[in-house]
Amino acid sequence: MTRKQKRLSVIAGGLAFLGAATGLTFYALGQKASYFYMPADLTTASVQPGQRIRLGGLVEKGTIQRGQGATVAFSVTDTHKSVKVTYTGILPDLFREEQGVITEGSFGPDGTFVADSVLAKHDERYMPKEVADGLKAKGVWQESKSE
Amino acid sequence: MVETGHFALVLAFALSLVQTIVPLFGARLNNQRLMAVGGPVAVTGFALTALSFVALASAYASSDFSVASVWENSHSLQPLIYKITGTWGNHEGSMLLWVLILTFFGALVAAFGSNLPATLRANVLAVQGAIGAAFFLFILATSNPFIRLNPAPIEGRDLNPILQDLGLAIHPPFLYLGYVGFSICFSFSVAALIEGRIDASWARWVRPWTLVAWMFLTGGIAMGSYWAYYELGWGGFWFWDPVENASFMPWLAGTALLHSAIVMEKRSALKIWTLLLAILTFSLSLLGTFLVRSGVLTSVHAFATDPTRGVFILCILTLFIGGSLALFALRASRLTAGGLFHPISREGALVLNNLFLTTATATVLVGTLYPLAVEAFSADKISVGAPFFNLTFGPLMVPLLVMVPFGPLLAWKRGDVFAVAQRLMVAFAAALLATLVTALFIDGASVFAALGVGLAVWLILGALTDLAVKSGFGNVAAGNVVTRMLGLPRSVFGTAFAHLGLGLTTLGIVGTLCFGTEKILSMHAGETVELSGHTLRFVGLYPAQGPNYSEDRGRFELIGVSGSAIGEISSAKRFYPVRQMTTTESGIRTMGLSQLYISLGDEGKDGSVVVRLWWKPLVTLIWGGGLVMMAGAAMSLMDRRLRVGAPSRRRKQASAVPSAGLP
Repeated sequence: MTRKQKRLSVIAGGLAFLGAATGLTFYALGQKASYFYMPADLTTASVQPGQRIRLGGLVEKGTIQRGQGATVAFSVTDTHKSVKVTYTGILPDLFREEQGVITEGSFGPDGTFVADSVLAKHDERYMPKEVADGLKAKGVWQESKSE
Repeated sequence: MVETGHFALVLAFALSLVQTIVPLFGARLNNQRLMAVGGPVAVTGFALTALSFVALASAYASSDFSVASVWENSHSLQPLIYKITGTWGNHEGSMLLWVLILTFFGALVAAFGSNLPATLRANVLAVQGAIGAAFFLFILATSNPFIRLNPAPIEGRDLNPILQDLGLAIHPPFLYLGYVGFSICFSFSVAALIEGRIDASWARWVRPWTLVAWMFLTGGIAMGSYWAYYELGWGGFWFWDPVENASFMPWLAGTALLHSAIVMEKRSALKIWTLLLAILTFSLSLLGTFLVRSGVLTSVHAFATDPTRGVFILCILTLFIGGSLALFALRASRLTAGGLFHPISREGALVLNNLFLTTATATVLVGTLYPLAVEAFSADKISVGAPFFNLTFGPLMVPLLVMVPFGPLLAWKRGDVFAVAQRLMVAFAAALLATLVTALFIDGASVFAALGVGLAVWLILGALTDLAVKSGFGNVAAGNVVTRMLGLPRSVFGTAFAHLGLGLTTLGIVGTLCFGTEKILSMHAGETVELSGHTLRFVGLYPAQGPNYSEDRGRFELIGVSGSAIGEISSAKRFYPVRQMTTTESGIRTMGLSQLYISLGDEGKDGSVVVRLWWKPLVTLIWGGGLVMMAGAAMSLMDRRLRVGAPSRRRKQASAVPSAGLP
């Protein structure tokens, strides 16, 4: 091979590598990104059972039920609609009634949302951003509430 | 004292403007006196920033609640150590720490840069001054830590309980030393572009700074990871959280820079690429600062959300990244390209390393920014987490790790892969053996787990092989091996240790992810539970009182073979009344390299408590490997060639050994 051919093959190899990495990245984004919904969005969005999503809203008052062992059931609401969620594990320290929460998981065949992670606020003063934005958009959240 | 600090901060801002403008013009006009202004101004600027920082820290230490930031983030009942570390446990204070470190590095260049070409030194200080000016202005305009309250409140609102931990004393300063340390590499790059000149001595100057920054960033990330592991009570060491990614991207790019700078110094090739990497690395540090400080992300790091701050940092980001890249586009063609080399060579291996590391950085960048972009351009909110990174980052890292042991053993210019492979035969055989033993003899080991163990063993033994080969193991008499090993350049040890650390971290990750076990159950006092051969008895919940919290401490006894208790682990639920906040204190017992981890959940109505237990084999190696990497960087720094010693000593050496060829 001449020097020029060598250089070209190195460049081609590099580009093929980058192309493969780019392709993989976009494939992974399509497959692995999980969408955020609030309960009322679920009537319009088509979410298949088993598809990973994040469900956010407020923990509905009076719905927290501690069942057998470490399993907890509660409802997540955006004040228009609510969705029943079950979760096995330790709830975050700031998990409370009528507080913002984000759960991640998928719908079971019976329409219950089975969460494998539950995130609440990091700090007493703040609401999870997605939940705050979502509630603002639905007109049930006023800025003054955040203090 | 507070007003003194405030005044010092304003003065430091003014001086940073002087530091930007005067040396820059001096270098342009080739005026020695104007250029010489940079040094003393940089040192004075640092002294003033330090004064300002001390003033704020003493306001925190003495609980002066007339200062708004102290009132927001401190409490008189906090232990003194947390009062002091609380200085940077909030937005304003942490930005002050940021500029303190920035001016510190500027002052170091001023103090130790007397053997730099005068124009280069002036330009470097000018760029450093410009970064400082932007951030001083940011602090003074949007995040002033010295704002007073009138009337002064009697009591403060307490530091976020999650931050009331020793981790806060180490993690942010180390992380910032890393982030901001790369600013020196950035300043050197921009200065080289301004001058339109770059040579191997430039690389010799940039490499130690890269090493220092990389060393601290490694420590900062490792410490942050361990802190999150024990403090959040989730038992995980890495979450691919955007905030973690924000620190990981500069680390990946910085690692690439570290390697390309070697090629530039040794072979004066890859000059333009190294320069670009230096710019990109600091740009990613700035991006990290933006992501964490602007409030676009919700996390424990987003202390407060104020849109003006986000916009301001975004402006700084655009100015410096855009400006430096524009300058690069204009000037890069002026810089002469370096030497050529064969693809199979040490240089070639380092190029491959750079290709993988920068691509990996890019995937992390895409994964981190994509959700923000989607949210900006559509109503959808998405999150990109571990599944994405496992699919993209993983396949990029595995081949890179496989190739790591080859790199240091290849010769410069033209290497012989087969000769290197022969030398690595022992390491390869051992890795194969480890894979087989894992697959056959450990219950529940998947193929991936076995290959993971093999990969880690390959990395560890590969690093040791490098040392053995270079000290002539097997070729010379045993006594001479030791002599030769001691005579090796420190940077050879640095490389070996850094790669060894990488192997240890890999082993820790594989061990924890593939062989860890976990149980969630609700327990009554007196019940026992078994996890991976360890028996634990739940003794009960005991209330206790701390200085500014109350807690329910769940005590567990570790039961030995004989049936008697051989140790105790306790995990607690703490309640901080000032912030009305509950935190979980995890209970951890280290056994060898592994850990037993207990996290306490809610108390049920019947007196039972939800308990989550983990057995984490080899988990300590994850962070131990980080420490070994830091040690490697420190050894490299001590290499004679790179020593950033006092110039007087350097001159003495140079006059004693005229042919030493020091810069």
